[in-house]
Amino acid sequence: MITLLYFARLREALGTGREQLVLPAGIGTLGALRAHLAQRGEAWAKEMAAGRNLRAAVNQDIATADTVIKDGDEVAFFPPVTGG
Amino acid sequence: MSVRVQEQDFDVSAELALMRKGNPKIGAIASFVGVVRDINEGDSVATMTLEHYPGMTEKAISEIIDQARGRWEVLDALVIHRVGTLKPTDQIVLVIVASTHRGDAFAACEFIMDYLKTQAPFWKKEITPQGARWVDARVTDDKAAERWKV
Repeated sequence: MITLLYFARLREALGTGREQLVLPAGIGTLGALRAHLAQRGEAWAKEMAAGRNLRAAVNQDIATADTVIKDGDEVAFFPPVTGG
Repeated sequence: MSVRVQEQDFDVSAELALMRKGNPKIGAIASFVGVVRDINEGDSVATMTLEHYPGMTEKAISEIIDQARGRWEVLDALVIHRVGTLKPTDQIVLVIVASTHRGDAFAACEFIMDYLKTQAPFWKKEITPQGARWVDARVTDDKAAERWKV
């Protein structure tokens, strides 16, 4: 089981900010997880599309498509940050 | 070194006084205060709501301060970032850096702010007469952070 978090514009577009997910077999990286989530439907396909400017973190560290994901991880997807 | 993410306002004078109190090694303190503007992208802004990623936010800012400490002499540093709903003229963010001399204090303060803008997980949503909108990340902010790369 992993915890998935979505923030800001992404949270609103997907209609959820947090969910638990059993990591599907064969999904071992952030890039693979993103591609998997993109198959969930229209909003997901749009927001998770490869060309979409999206950032992610694994266990609260900035991550890239190659970052390994394992059971128990906290994975967050969010738009580019705009603080300060 | 201290990082605080909070809804309530902060008192710049009190924070400056607290930092220099009892540390005679400090010869320079640089500070930056970010403030909510009433106009953004040509539209008037009534209020702004700041969302963040609790846990990662504090961690990301602490790491930015650590990087600054690796590059300049930083005797002490404080970052306070507000979240929740703010209005024009409200303070959003405070960065204070104490050093022996001004050069390091100025540079470290600017570095922390530039990196915070591009690395710390905060998102702004503005309420304008045209409705609510999420603020887009700026290319100029990425460029500001990139110039510190060695």
